Amino acid sequence: MDLVNIFIRSAFVDNMIFAFFFGMCSYLAVSKTVKTAFGLGMAVIFVLVVTIPINYLIENYVLKEGALSWVGQEFSSVNLSYLTFIMFIAVIASTVQLVEMIVEKISPALYGALGIFLPLIAVNCAILGGALFMQEKQFTTIGQATVYGLGSGVGWFIAVVLIAAIRERIRYANIPGPLRGVGMAFLITGLMGLAFLGFMGFEI
Amino acid sequence: MSEQAVAVEEKKIIVKEREPLFSKKNKKLISDPLDENNPITIQVLGICSALAVTVQMKAAVVMSVAVLFVLILANVSISLIRNLIPNRIRIIVQLVVVAALVIIVDQVLKAYLFDVSKELSVFVGLIITNCIIMGRLEAFALGNKPWPAALDAIGNSLGYGMVLVIVSFFKELFGSGKLFGFEIFGNATEQTGLYAMGYMDNGLMLLPPSSLILVAVYIWIQKLRNPSLIETH
Repeated sequence: MDLVNIFIRSAFVDNMIFAFFFGMCSYLAVSKTVKTAFGLGMAVIFVLVVTIPINYLIENYVLKEGALSWVGQEFSSVNLSYLTFIMFIAVIASTVQLVEMIVEKISPALYGALGIFLPLIAVNCAILGGALFMQEKQFTTIGQATVYGLGSGVGWFIAVVLIAAIRERIRYANIPGPLRGVGMAFLITGLMGLAFLGFMGFEI
Repeated sequence: MSEQAVAVEEKKIIVKEREPLFSKKNKKLISDPLDENNPITIQVLGICSALAVTVQMKAAVVMSVAVLFVLILANVSISLIRNLIPNRIRIIVQLVVVAALVIIVDQVLKAYLFDVSKELSVFVGLIITNCIIMGRLEAFALGNKPWPAALDAIGNSLGYGMVLVIVSFFKELFGSGKLFGFEIFGNATEQTGLYAMGYMDNGLMLLPPSSLILVAVYIWIQKLRNPSLIETH
């Protein structure tokens, strides 16, 4: 039940895009067609599910104050939390590179579909933002952290596919010149964000 | 005669190489990102932080200064080592340089501006993946000398800060009736000033979606004034 709640919270209530604007750059860049949006959305889910548990382990066994006590008693007062950013981004960048290579070997078809998007994900704020929020929420088990990653990824996926569908549709609409393109995308995202506010306080 | 001509020629070349520090081209590097090539409204970079930290002007200003600091140093240092970076791993090199700078900013904020640092929470860390920084490093610093790179960084972070300050001005003024924490419209709980006459704060302005709508309006006005920026789908 706890896990279901975490999932719903991260996917809908605290949606990456509508509540925190994470990954807006790639969100606006790939949402011109549903097909590319689908590809990047899948890649984000994948990378979040892989990197958040890894970052959770690093946070709890290396970075936190006293996290290094498993090495020996003399390390129990070491606090490496100032290294958080650089460790997280290193994990993310290398995981993305690794995932890219594995996917290329195992499933060339999937690689063809995700290919160009995978390297972009290293600099997607949604991934680093997810890791930093994971750290802030202080989950107790690695299961919770993984579900949080999955939920955030699914939330991002839903948002990007939805806006891509809407943008494909409004291409045939007569929009005032200055709002065409980016301006309209911002307005639509704002309205969708208002709609997603309806999930506020939603729990099972 | 011909020697003189050669001398003149040489002089010209020397003059050409020594571009003044603030030549027309360099001034354009600063002024362009403020309007025609604004990183947020035209290049559409760095939106995440721009939208999320704009509820209060203080946070927006601190964030802009942090980005200014990180972007200038990152642009200059990447520009200095641009010929040493292997092309294949350049993204990781850039990320490490930026992450180191962001750690400095984070520690300074925690030490001297703890309340603002608490409020910005994860968004300080997200400067690392701020697309403005990566975008400028990729597009400019990797192919230019340090001085133009520094100017480009100043221009772009000022353009970024300008949008942040404008959006947060409206959000804070109409959302909570304050600017930089000073009560402009009077005190809402004690019903003084404008509130005594029945004025109410617009709660929508404090919610995340309102910053998207404000940026959309900003883009609208900017493109209305400068029709050459209008997109043709």
